[in-house]
Amino acid sequence: MSEPLVHVASQAISLPDPNVDTDIIFPARFLLKIDRDGMADCLFHDRRFDADGVERKDFPFNKADRQAAKFLVAGPGFGCGSSREQAVWALTDWGIRVVIAPDFGDIFSGNAAKNGLLLIRLDKERVAELAIKAERGAIFSADIPGRSFTVDNEEICRLDMNDEAAEAFMEGWEEIDIILNREREHVAAFEAVHRTRQPWLFAES
Amino acid sequence: MSKPRTLYEKLWDSHVVRYLTDETALLYVDRHLLHEVSTPQSFVALDKRGCGVHRPAANLAVPDHAIPTRHRDQPIADPQARAQTARLVENVERYGIPFIPLNDIRQGIVHVMGPEQGFTLPGTTLACGDSHTSTHGAFGTLAFGVGASECGIVMAAQALVQRKARTMAVRIEGTLSPGVSAKDVALAFIAKVGINGAAGYAIEYLGPVVRGFSMEARMTLCNMAIEAGARVALVAPDDITFDWLKGRPMVPKGDLWDQAVSYWRSLPSDEAAVFDREVTLDAGGIAPHVTWGTSPEDTIAIDGMVPDPETIEDEQRRARLSRALDYMGLLPGRPIAGTPVDMVFIGSCTNGRLVDLEAAAEIVKGRKVAPHVQALVVPGSGLVKQAAEEKGLDRIFIDAGFEWREAGCSMCVAMNDDRLKPGQRCASTSNRNFEGRQGRGGRTHLLSPAMAAAAAITGTITDIRKLEVRS
Ligand code: SF4
Repeated sequence: MSEPLVHVASQAISLPDPNVDTDIIFPARFLLKIDRDGMADCLFHDRRFDADGVERKDFPFNKADRQAAKFLVAGPGFGCGSSREQAVWALTDWGIRVVIAPDFGDIFSGNAAKNGLLLIRLDKERVAELAIKAERGAIFSADIPGRSFTVDNEEICRLDMNDEAAEAFMEGWEEIDIILNREREHVAAFEAVHRTRQPWLFAES
Repeated sequence: MSKPRTLYEKLWDSHVVRYLTDETALLYVDRHLLHEVSTPQSFVALDKRGCGVHRPAANLAVPDHAIPTRHRDQPIADPQARAQTARLVENVERYGIPFIPLNDIRQGIVHVMGPEQGFTLPGTTLACGDSHTSTHGAFGTLAFGVGASECGIVMAAQALVQRKARTMAVRIEGTLSPGVSAKDVALAFIAKVGINGAAGYAIEYLGPVVRGFSMEARMTLCNMAIEAGARVALVAPDDITFDWLKGRPMVPKGDLWDQAVSYWRSLPSDEAAVFDREVTLDAGGIAPHVTWGTSPEDTIAIDGMVPDPETIEDEQRRARLSRALDYMGLLPGRPIAGTPVDMVFIGSCTNGRLVDLEAAAEIVKGRKVAPHVQALVVPGSGLVKQAAEEKGLDRIFIDAGFEWREAGCSMCVAMNDDRLKPGQRCASTSNRNFEGRQGRGGRTHLLSPAMAAAAAITGTITDIRKLEVRS
């Protein structure tokens, strides 16, 4: 189960750089871990810490008053690059539940959906406005049942999701369970037909 | 008459189990490639649920990312990499998944080994926990990278929830000039559309250049589509595809081969099919390319100048460019050619195949690596290595001063001991020049195998066309 997300409110971190790739979010050498412990320590590792392991005070994730932030306002292309799901695990493990950006890497968005990380897409200008509000310490708030996203109580947009997606966030359901519970017969029925159309794919099984 | 469809739409339609919303469907996944790095957590998810693997024979596993490229006769020295590789072995044994071990001649990078074994077939869907899975699209395969959760889902359920992509036709017209390869076309395309410019799209490469390309060149092209944001890239299968595949270990045999080929011939986009977006590149106008910055879109022609951030209006872009120049230790407005390199890396799933090594060897032959340069050749698979050795390429490289290594991802991702030190500059045939990608503080310039060879010989980033004239 991923951590249920119903209602969340906090200050936000602003990281406006464009094209923050998953190698920056989670450097490859930490991919040698075989479990999911200590992910937050690796988050933005080479930006958060200098070569001697000393925290860089100016990096947004190191600001003392943002340690409880659950929102990240990011630049265009956030999460592009490698498919590593560790990028999402590290963000959620650190405490981030919502990322707002003009657009995201495709594989990153797929991974986010499976781990209860809410992504909100807004046009560039609006994201830039929110980045300024984030810097100023505005309170960001997302409410899944009400499908609303507000900043300092002003509604920014409705959350675009159907009931099933909302339920998955609120209950912390993982897609694997949804598919195994609901879709198995559909897959079996499809497979039976597929076998007749491309029999060579099943020759060895 | 049914509506004309693109190749992507045919592949998509033939794998939809059912639509969940207007745009998302449960998609049947025919095949799954596994490696040691992206799957340990996927197996934990299976273990936890006790759900088993739906169809073990639909999977194929190989270690490639974290493994060393030297001393293969000894246990892996790095304890974490050793544990990760051992975990893969345990997992595939427990679930009965076909596996190619480290010391098998077939071992190699998933995207080199999969096609080589004929595991990759036209008309199929293929997933792998690696973003460069788009490579397999060169065969007319709907192939895409997934995260660890999705690897678990594919193994357990043989299906994934996917959003239907929009379609983008990328037409490469005209003829390539001498010294220009698929890698240069890939880089020129990324420079044109930007690093996330094709996000949400499935690309199909069309036009005379692609039709004339070898399978290896098509793979290079599709491999780098993700660097423009496209999770899926495709080339329609044709006789070049079928000839390349025929007789490989895992392709259908006998009658089934004939049936398969006749089905595969129905896959190319219908003439009247409409794409959501069209991009055209003039092949004749493409020079050898090289990246100067920290994103694959930071690409210029080899005779170009390092850009000046001051000329950029957008504030965020300007800031990113300055940061990139600073990281790369380059000055704006200077020619990129002539920049000295410390390291040369020839390999990766982009350019680690036999034709790539041949292209590099042709430049290297009879020459020496510049004294201050360390140069590596890491074949994409054991079979590539073997084939290269049969042609004597290993001698050419070794005599010139290159190191000739065992197959793996190696310095493409720097998870083993092949990595740059801070500040070191590398001419690399891989696909990503992100900050720290080849080692913390390392500076990467992406280019073609021939260009990488030229950089090794001259010790600087060099216009291959000029080198050829001199020799
Ligand atoms: S060679 Fe590089 S890009 Fe290709 S699969 Fe390995 S790490 Fe990924």
